[in-house]
Amino acid sequence: MSDIEIIQDKCVGCGACLSSCPYGAISLKDNLAVIDDDKCTLCGACVSSCGFDAILLRKDKVEKSDISGYHGVWVFAEQKAGVVQSIAYELLGEGRKLADILGVELSAVILGNSIEQACRDLVARGADNVYAVSHPSLENFCDEPYAVILAGLIDQHKPEIVLCGASTIGRALIPRVAIKVHTGLTADCTALAIDEEKRILLQTRPAFGGNIMATIICPNHRPQMATVRHKVMKEAAPDSSRQGKVINVPYDRKMPASRTSVLKVVEEITSMVKLTEADIIVSGGRGMKGPENFKLIEALAKSLGGAVGASRAAVDSGWIPYSHQVGQTGKTVAPKLYVACGISGAIQHLVGMQSADCIIAVNKDPDAPIFKVANFGIVGDVFEVVPALTKKLQETCGK
Amino acid sequence: MNIIVCIKQVPDTTDVRIDPATNTLIREGVPSIINPFDMYAIEEALRIREKLGGKVTVLSMGPPQVIEALKEAISMGADDAVLLSDRAFAGADTWATSYALSMGIKKIGDYGVIFCGKQAIDGDTAQVGPGVAEFLDIPQVTYVKKIEEIDDKKAIVWRMTEDGYDVVETSLPAVFTVVKEINEPRLPSLKGKMRAKSYQTTIWKAADIGADEKNIGLNGSPTNVVKIFTPPARTGGVLLQGDVNEAVAAVVNGLKQQQII
Repeated sequence: MSDIEIIQDKCVGCGACLSSCPYGAISLKDNLAVIDDDKCTLCGACVSSCGFDAILLRKDKVEKSDISGYHGVWVFAEQKAGVVQSIAYELLGEGRKLADILGVELSAVILGNSIEQACRDLVARGADNVYAVSHPSLENFCDEPYAVILAGLIDQHKPEIVLCGASTIGRALIPRVAIKVHTGLTADCTALAIDEEKRILLQTRPAFGGNIMATIICPNHRPQMATVRHKVMKEAAPDSSRQGKVINVPYDRKMPASRTSVLKVVEEITSMVKLTEADIIVSGGRGMKGPENFKLIEALAKSLGGAVGASRAAVDSGWIPYSHQVGQTGKTVAPKLYVACGISGAIQHLVGMQSADCIIAVNKDPDAPIFKVANFGIVGDVFEVVPALTKKLQETCGK
Repeated sequence: MNIIVCIKQVPDTTDVRIDPATNTLIREGVPSIINPFDMYAIEEALRIREKLGGKVTVLSMGPPQVIEALKEAISMGADDAVLLSDRAFAGADTWATSYALSMGIKKIGDYGVIFCGKQAIDGDTAQVGPGVAEFLDIPQVTYVKKIEEIDDKKAIVWRMTEDGYDVVETSLPAVFTVVKEINEPRLPSLKGKMRAKSYQTTIWKAADIGADEKNIGLNGSPTNVVKIFTPPARTGGVLLQGDVNEAVAAVVNGLKQQQII
């Protein structure tokens, strides 16, 4: 059985490991670190925090699966109504970098119906090969058939890396595929790199709502699979002169029928711009005092060409639908600009938006926690500041 | 219809504080709670039981202190609680966790629906629900925001998407992972609290569920964490007080300088 140990000769009792433990399982006793087995989950977070190599995480020898013969970088290209989603172009942009470092081909996989144009678009954005499976039953995403087909293609062609968007589709599909092909999967990565010496994918992701970052590897299984957060990687630019192979994979008619079926697709986002796609988001919180005042938020969002978000307090009060909620129990966003109006900045809200490039906060309380993360804070009445800001922006941008 | 709810005990982030000197999280003494999304899963299971009858069993994996979380679910009204607890389970990534939970579920047996929260707030992976569905070879619907119809054989549910929702029909048994919008979790009743106090949680070790040692814990985990670090903390910028128009002009100027507008 694997275990963890403090090497007492090396431990200096500095306590650096204490704060690294997400489970509060380490304490200091007689100037030495002590791990409480009842709390420790062997997550390994403490190992790299120790400057003295005093923490030893012992992993039993495991049978290594044969990882030779796996080559190439794959991206799963999500489509809706035959149109490739922008996340797929972001994956191709990142996948190209990884493939070039490894000196291998970059391929895309697309499942759908009427996807000829989509295949051409994927080639233009950098795919050397496109594996395309087209069938009327694949038009809408359905968990099981998609997983069976993708896992089958992976088993057949053995890519060393498979990337997928961390979207609602990607995060439902890819975990099933990873279990089927028996490999590791890292969720919601925000940075990818290659350890060139070992040819290993270094997958970095936020945990605890972005309060810590973890770099994860999958050393003994292939492919190395990761979902990648939307709007973090740069899209591959289109080049219509690019050449690539489109490999039409026949749909296996013997495939068992899907046990789920989509009866209806409903669109309900009320604003013009989707929250997770938006470069600019203007959010309102408890300080907006009522649903009617969200008009001010909408006007400001419009002047910036942005989307409307909200804090949990505003959603729970019924002022705006849940689909607009930013934060721990809502959506995690990372726009270029985030404007928080009448939001105090509880930790649950901050973890959902603190990776924005620039944050503006408007609040009447100068001690509100939101100001600690804001690049620009305005202390004042939202009902005065927000309209003034809207007006100034309209004058400046002419919108 | 019998229902199984998979829950996770997580550190309560509302209590997470930042050490001003080192800019790292202070986690000592942070209380543990049931993962907030799992509360909606428990509530939905109880509501279906009230409609269709049957039994609700809560299942978790972790060290003995997780019994507290399971007892909280009992106090809300769950019938039974099972904890997979064995040092051999420790260090599991989502692959090994999905495997262990699916083995526990097979041992519990006889279920129509398995509920999970859409993700846990500590790891944020959202991978274990679909992983369990795959190991059990049953269908799944993720991000469920409403159960429109349910009987012993099938269900019609609403799956939240980026643009709205899909109405999905599925055969049962199935795994549903739920979002916050699905319900408002109840508070524990006095009767429930009394029951939880004396309730004896069933504890199963790896051998009890017939788990293959190669597939559990750190050994069974294809992924390893190689580095954990704290991202540079955001530091506050300019704080503008006083005249509104001057403040607004300063902000717009700043946005122009940073080429955001």
